[in-house]
Amino acid sequence: MRSPVIAAIAALLTLVLVLPASLRAETAEELLAALAADGFNEKIAAVERIAASGDDRLVPALDALLAGDLYVRKDDNVPVIGKAQGSTVVLRDALSGSEIGQAPAAELEKIRINNRLRGIARGAIGGLTLFSADPAKRRTAAKAVFAAPQEGLYEVLQRAIERETDADIRSQLEMALAADRLALAAEPAERVAAVAMLAKFATPDIRNLLGSVAQKDADPAVRTAAVDALVDIEKRLALWASVGAVFQGISLGSVLLLAAVGLAITFGVMGVINMAHGELVMLGAYTTFVVQEVFRTRFPGAFDHSLTVAVPLAFLVSGLFGIAIERGIIRHLYGRPLETLLATWGISLILQQMVRSIFGPTNREVGAPSWMSGAFEIAGGLVLTYNRIVIVIFSLAVLAAIAIVMRKTAFGLRMRAVTQNRQMAASMGIRTGRIDALTFGLGSGIAGVAGVALSQIDNVSPNLGQSYIIDSFLVVVFGGVGNLWGTLLGALSLGIVNKFLEPYAGAVLGKIFVLIAVILFIQKRPRGLFALKGRAVEV
Amino acid sequence: MNALQNKPEQTDTILYIDGVTVDFDGFRALNALSFYVLAGELRAIIGPNGAGKTTMMDVVTGKTRPSSGMVYFNGTVDLTRLDEARIANLGIGRKFQKPTVFENQSVFENLELALSGKRGVFESLLFRLNGEQRDRVDEILETIALTAQRHDRAGSLSHGQKQWLEIGMLLMQDPDLLLIDEPVAGMTDAETAQTRQLLTSIAGKRSVVVVEHDMEFVRELDCRVTVLHEGSVLAEGVMAAVQNDERVIEVYLGRGD
Amino acid sequence: MAFGRAPLIATLLGDTGGQILLALLITAAVLVPVLNLAVPPASAFHVPTYVVSLTGKYLCFAMLALSLDLVWGFCGILSLGHGAFFALGGYAMGMHLMREIGDRGVYGNAELPDFMVFLNWKELPWYWHGFDNFAFALLMVMLVPGLLAFVFGWLAFRSRVTGVYLSIITQAMTFALMLAFFRNDMGFGGNNGMTDFKDVLGFNLQAPATRSALFALTGLLLAAAYVVCRGIVGSRLGRVLLAVRDAESRTRFLGYRVEHYKLFVFTVSGVLAGIAGALYVPQVGIINPSEFSPATSIEVVVWAAVGGRGTLYGAVLGGILVNFGKSYFTGALPEAWLYVLGFLFIAVTLFLPKGIVGLIPGLIHRRRTALRKKQAAASPLAVARPHTGEVR
Repeated sequence: MRSPVIAAIAALLTLVLVLPASLRAETAEELLAALAADGFNEKIAAVERIAASGDDRLVPALDALLAGDLYVRKDDNVPVIGKAQGSTVVLRDALSGSEIGQAPAAELEKIRINNRLRGIARGAIGGLTLFSADPAKRRTAAKAVFAAPQEGLYEVLQRAIERETDADIRSQLEMALAADRLALAAEPAERVAAVAMLAKFATPDIRNLLGSVAQKDADPAVRTAAVDALVDIEKRLALWASVGAVFQGISLGSVLLLAAVGLAITFGVMGVINMAHGELVMLGAYTTFVVQEVFRTRFPGAFDHSLTVAVPLAFLVSGLFGIAIERGIIRHLYGRPLETLLATWGISLILQQMVRSIFGPTNREVGAPSWMSGAFEIAGGLVLTYNRIVIVIFSLAVLAAIAIVMRKTAFGLRMRAVTQNRQMAASMGIRTGRIDALTFGLGSGIAGVAGVALSQIDNVSPNLGQSYIIDSFLVVVFGGVGNLWGTLLGALSLGIVNKFLEPYAGAVLGKIFVLIAVILFIQKRPRGLFALKGRAVEV
Repeated sequence: MNALQNKPEQTDTILYIDGVTVDFDGFRALNALSFYVLAGELRAIIGPNGAGKTTMMDVVTGKTRPSSGMVYFNGTVDLTRLDEARIANLGIGRKFQKPTVFENQSVFENLELALSGKRGVFESLLFRLNGEQRDRVDEILETIALTAQRHDRAGSLSHGQKQWLEIGMLLMQDPDLLLIDEPVAGMTDAETAQTRQLLTSIAGKRSVVVVEHDMEFVRELDCRVTVLHEGSVLAEGVMAAVQNDERVIEVYLGRGD
Repeated sequence: MAFGRAPLIATLLGDTGGQILLALLITAAVLVPVLNLAVPPASAFHVPTYVVSLTGKYLCFAMLALSLDLVWGFCGILSLGHGAFFALGGYAMGMHLMREIGDRGVYGNAELPDFMVFLNWKELPWYWHGFDNFAFALLMVMLVPGLLAFVFGWLAFRSRVTGVYLSIITQAMTFALMLAFFRNDMGFGGNNGMTDFKDVLGFNLQAPATRSALFALTGLLLAAAYVVCRGIVGSRLGRVLLAVRDAESRTRFLGYRVEHYKLFVFTVSGVLAGIAGALYVPQVGIINPSEFSPATSIEVVVWAAVGGRGTLYGAVLGGILVNFGKSYFTGALPEAWLYVLGFLFIAVTLFLPKGIVGLIPGLIHRRRTALRKKQAAASPLAVARPHTGEVR
């Protein structure tokens, strides 16, 4: 028994809020016991009182009621949760959830429900969980109420909104409240106000809700308001959809950029067609896999730092492979681009088979560190995953790093000198062979770094490189050979165009269109978006 | 415009360039270039590196489109609208700065490919060399002194011989105008003298424009000289006059050669 | 094609390698069917039917390599998408063979191929009409790849896309086609392609006699294709192509419309590749989108390179040898095949730029002397001499 003062306040509160049923707050036990009533009307009244109580300890009992697992013990008439196992039933306390032994089925009677009761119970669960301590539960509850408004939740919602501290859940609750009014308020003016309230939020759910209101509501004023709100929401949703497509495009573009930026050096700067570039990317991804395996077995606590180790290591592994390829093969083929293309294709086949022999042909599991998992939702149903965001930032950082190396360092200066005028550079004392090897190593190393990033979003398999090589070449050719800005813009525009086409044409057809578009574009501007003009390129 | 005022009778002008400007990404390779060449004239073009000599040839032969200006051939044909093949077939031959011949084919075959005539795909498929055409090839072989090497692979020729072969190929085209870029680069003195004789003998019947760095060679050509500087004509006249022009001395000759 | 009669014959007379090849092909076209059909299986000289089909497949690949060598070896166009023309020819033939199945498919639908019934299609798509007619299918075998080569080439050559840029966009072309043919709603059988063919022109495809006939036909058509290619490269047109390969702008300034020449030879090559594909499908019994994959196309390049590019017969030899090696390795040492193929790519570019036929100096020597003699007699002929010098 509660103290009379509190009871009085509660009663007063109930009065003020025009709660149905009794004038005094019941205990959880009393509310539970009321579910054992015989008639459906009594049971409905009981559920409504539970809903009004705001006591979320009763949620399991309601869940069990819905699932058909709520029984009444015949000896004491107390509702308990039971799970039938043959002829006996395992019992749990309906409030605490703790096991309280078994009973023969004959000693129990199942609490029967009908559809009306079921609906009300669902709404009640929604209302009760609105006060849960767990924000995730509150959010789910708010969404549940929004989806299926129930009698008697209006006041609960208002209280929940007052108490809510999380801004995002609060807006979810406000949406739920508005949906509740829209469905249940008798006054057309109140429903119009609810429409106005909903119109503040633009989500696909609200669009659907208002869509049905615009057709079904009895009052013309409400219908008009809903139509107006719909137009407004459609506009904002379209905007969000575009923003979403742009982000996805940027995300795809950043992946293309990572795969292509190493090529921008080996192909763009050195003029070497390296068909094994994709395999150098793949080596980077497998390096990540190996690093993570070591972390898993040796330092499981430091797993979040595995990528920090993988990035420089992948750079080294792929870079060294690149230098070996350059010194061993490509160096003998300078000035014969088509031969280089063929020889490096051979290298790519060997690397693929090598990885297949060592790691097997199937996909290897590469984990994401905790700081890259998860997502956040911006308005309009737009969800951004952290790993995509990290990759966008990472790719830009890689590009910036290359730009700095090429423009600001002594190595970059020599590299440009050698590519622009080899003989002159040689006569100035630059060891051109060494510069060639290092430049190629740089481009290859970046491929490896790209592999670390790709391992986070794609399957790590021996075919990883193959799926990016054609796209990467198109990016470099499209952007204009020898121009980092071109590579950036080429990658982003190809990514974004791809994502904008997808809703209309589907992923595959969209890609085909992009391929055809690039083929046609190259006809118009054979040297890409940012072509250098003049004699220098005619060599 | 100067060139307009000085424009001679159309029939006498083989090449007429007026106000031609070419921009390469902000770099102005030709800047309102205007000059003309008379039919049968031998003309030397000189100028420091980057003066626009090669670009001028690119414009005349259709490789580069000028951003403004016009180029007339024989007074009637606007070359800026045509492509390389069309211009070549009109009767303009061009020799590149670096000798460019078909290295994997014989000297004879090189000349035969250059033989004037129909250039269509199917004409080539069905082509057979007749006696008259063979004589023409033999004649040119004689002219460029490569009769003994007629079956040699063009790639095996010396640098100077390649230059001649390329000039020979131009002659096979039977052009009215020859544009010759640095014909004596890398040649011995004897070869240079022979080349000079060759060019002088061609001029008269055909017009010849020679771009050359070798001042001695240009002096001995004994013809009108046009000096280009920063994409336009700096001076024009006989070598003696040009050499004494103060502006020319300043930008070009003054720097020594 | 109406070559002048005398030049073509003279060209062939100067082509020792080609003579050997033609003799071998014609002998095989006669001998293999005889050894398969007339010699009893117990005999040591009997050629089993599966060998006939396998060899027939190699000849189709050889024809594809030949078509590639025509553009790559003689005009410097390194196409990394020639598999697309091959596959289109194959699909055109496959469509005819599908129509010939009639109501003998799993679903017994006389009008629709099985995969369309499976996808609940109600009627034949418009582009399938006519394929029940063999002559129409033959026309399409040449027209479709030829048209693609023509349109693609027209776009690419007109805007002077050359070298590796061209290679990359040819690769993108075949990649795009592969993606397209993987789609079920394209109406070409999607992922699985077309298979389960029953017969061609009423002859059972499983019968040894049909197999032998297809083999003989392939051998003879390959010989004919060789003669066509030799005729092209032996004409003045062939020397213009060499000129384009070695010094494109020089050729242009001589007044040749380089793009027209490239377009002509690219289209001829595309048609030949399409015919090869059409011969391939009935002998192998299946056509699917993997024929469009960029890796398949680039493998064709190594066939031509291994045999010896710019010789035509070298490409034929390479097409047969490499595929024989592939059959051997994928059977005996499946792990090793990609290593072998990879090393082949590297080895031929680094150590054997003239391919296997480059190792036989006798061939070159004899052709040289033949050429000398003719030119001394001021003959109008010029035999393409791609052995000399490097292909760039």
